[in-house]
Amino acid sequence: MSDKKEYRGSIHQQQKNLMLAWYDQLDRAANTGDPPTVSMMISGNCVELLEGFGAVPIYPEVNALQLAIRHQSLDPILAAEDLGYAADNCAYVKADIGCILKGITPTGGKLPTPTLILCNFVGCNTYLKWFEHTAKLQKAPLYVIDVPFMRADTPSRSDVEYVVKQLQETVKKLEQLTGRKFDHDRFRQAVECSSRSEELWSQIKHLARRSPSPFDAYFDAITLMGPLYVYRARPEGVEFFEAALAELQAKSDAGKGVYEQEHFRLVMEGPPPYPYFRTFRDMFAKWQACAVASTYSTVGGLWEFGFRHDPDKPFESVAMHMIAQNVTNRNFLQRYEQIRRYVEDWNADGVIIHFVKSCRLFSAGQGDMRDYFTKQLGVPTLYIESDLEDPRYFAEAQTKNRIDAFFEALEHAKATAPVRA
Amino acid sequence: MYFFERSFDRCSDLGFPSVRKWKEQHPGGQVIAYFPVYAPVELIHAAGMLPVGLSGAGDRLDIQHADARFGSFICSIVKTTLEMGLTGHLEPFDGFLFSTICDSARNLCFVMKRNFPSMYVDFLHLPHNPSSPAATQFLAEEYRRVLGELERLGNCKVNDDALACSIALYNRNRALIRELYELRRRSPELVPTSELYQLIRCGNFLPVEEHTTELEQALTHFPSRNAKKRDSIRIVVEGSFCEQPPLPLIRLIEEAGCYIVDDDFVIGQNWFDSDIPTDGDPLLALACSYLDRSVYSSVRHDFRKPRWEGLVEKVRRSKADAVLFLIAKFCEPAYFDYVPYKQELEGAGIPHLPLEFEEKSFTFDRLRTEIETFVESLIFD
Repeated sequence: MSDKKEYRGSIHQQQKNLMLAWYDQLDRAANTGDPPTVSMMISGNCVELLEGFGAVPIYPEVNALQLAIRHQSLDPILAAEDLGYAADNCAYVKADIGCILKGITPTGGKLPTPTLILCNFVGCNTYLKWFEHTAKLQKAPLYVIDVPFMRADTPSRSDVEYVVKQLQETVKKLEQLTGRKFDHDRFRQAVECSSRSEELWSQIKHLARRSPSPFDAYFDAITLMGPLYVYRARPEGVEFFEAALAELQAKSDAGKGVYEQEHFRLVMEGPPPYPYFRTFRDMFAKWQACAVASTYSTVGGLWEFGFRHDPDKPFESVAMHMIAQNVTNRNFLQRYEQIRRYVEDWNADGVIIHFVKSCRLFSAGQGDMRDYFTKQLGVPTLYIESDLEDPRYFAEAQTKNRIDAFFEALEHAKATAPVRA
Repeated sequence: MYFFERSFDRCSDLGFPSVRKWKEQHPGGQVIAYFPVYAPVELIHAAGMLPVGLSGAGDRLDIQHADARFGSFICSIVKTTLEMGLTGHLEPFDGFLFSTICDSARNLCFVMKRNFPSMYVDFLHLPHNPSSPAATQFLAEEYRRVLGELERLGNCKVNDDALACSIALYNRNRALIRELYELRRRSPELVPTSELYQLIRCGNFLPVEEHTTELEQALTHFPSRNAKKRDSIRIVVEGSFCEQPPLPLIRLIEEAGCYIVDDDFVIGQNWFDSDIPTDGDPLLALACSYLDRSVYSSVRHDFRKPRWEGLVEKVRRSKADAVLFLIAKFCEPAYFDYVPYKQELEGAGIPHLPLEFEEKSFTFDRLRTEIETFVESLIFD
């Protein structure tokens, strides 16, 4: 057992600066109407397209998680429930709706009414409802990019063409709304920036294959995910990921890991319980258990298996990213396969499945996933339940007991393995 | 007992006698189940197969295995569907089709695929952006893909004539259902919803030709009965588009003093507001109709016309006094839509009552009290 140890390099401060600069831009947009803003979902977002207009993204999910991590989510959730939302509706949506109703923002600055609410529907049906409701509430224009779900191993030509046409319709819509002409060159440069950021991010993720891993690919990855969604298509994003890779590479080359001794290597499935982020992390730190891979860090994009945006095919590659290269639009069995690859290639000891009540996309059927990993593959698997946003659903003692019991069993198995052999 | 009640009993049997009978009559014939809400049944029919709408197992199956696979906070229909598979009840079915209705059902599709590898399990992407001119072509292609899978499964080739013929058969069936709904709006005392529901739900199981005959008989039977008008309020039921409420609950609503004058029970049977064209490319006709002739529903997103406007129109058209939301427990699309529906109804001065059920519920005392109180509040207001 050891004290918790969390990575706090210079990239942590850089990330903070970048995210604050983003909120400053949004505050400026709210006060002056410039730059134009587009509200989007994280999963399979097409931030590259926005660059062609000099527009800035608003991510309601980022706002919601920021509130939860600062223990401020319950108040807006209750405000939304007063409006009629059910206890069993996604709490991300409720927190966002509550914030709009009460004028709450994560930084205290202003958030603009989006120039366009762009619902990138990638698998999550809740996204459709969420953006439809916020568009009604904010009286903002709404456009949906309907992304065909991955019902086969690869997308069909018809799937890609359908998304490309809708991206082009989005461009026309944004030209009307912003009064700006779409800058194709800037779009191509954005796609080029994204491909570089993605390459760097992928290299960072592959560092976790080393033992010890220089960072926790679940808890620390979340720090890196903000810039990935907001800045990957801009030079600042490329610079940030260059610095992050250099720093983590140096740490790894020096043989340093997250803990003094990396005791367990894990694959994490599902979003974290943001209202108890620190408490939850400590439950793993106590066992010097490091996440070496996570599905949650591939919500915005799945890059560690080779996909990159392509400046020679900007629209097609944005469409491919939205259809096939983010965990939410991939089917459930593709997620099993993703986790299986992590377990094997990242050399993990077990899988933690975190069922979050809010998110049926992530969680519905995770019991079957556990069945597959334990019974079919023989991988030690722990299944726990709470929520990503609503603090009322975190049973601390029960969760801790289950985590402790899991690691005790793993430790026992490790200790007796040579005897059994 | 009326003929449709006998059919309903037969269709409620988890041994699926009507499906087995069809298979006996069609040696080598294949049966394709589909999960609610809508499915292009014409494709299945034209391939010489029997489409069966499988809306959960109701209260006829204890969940023993599926709870562990789907965890808490997931609706019953998802679990009873999987349970049917895990307990061998789906043996007569050769395929199972799912579509983009919600996240739980979508994941169920792939859990089914893993657990029943010998079954054809497919996922149909129904577009959520009908305002895009590209949606029609995409959906026609998607139908072509599914049809190709069915052809492979059935080792057959489906031509345009067969498709047009199937479309015409289902058009006739849906037109009769529209007629019955119209009759009920006009004279709800002649068409109790507890009966109409059974009649229409049978269509999930019976071959369309057989079901159409039952609908025709019903259209002769209902107007000729001698029924006295009751002192009931007229209500629209909204929210039961997927998991279905137990029949006793529908009876209870009527006994508590309500004429149900419109509803969204098994709405896939009544999905189009007019006939699908039978000339031209049939797949394009099916695709265009899904985008432009569908009724509003919580599982279909059309930002050209919000669903809440559709609900208010339905209330006005049926001259209803109120709306009763009958929402399946843990049904996220219905929970979400309740908020804008409620706001719109309040704006239009239409009273409503939200209620929750599970397909496996069997005691309704609390619901009875709530409905009776609601009815009284309207009658004596």
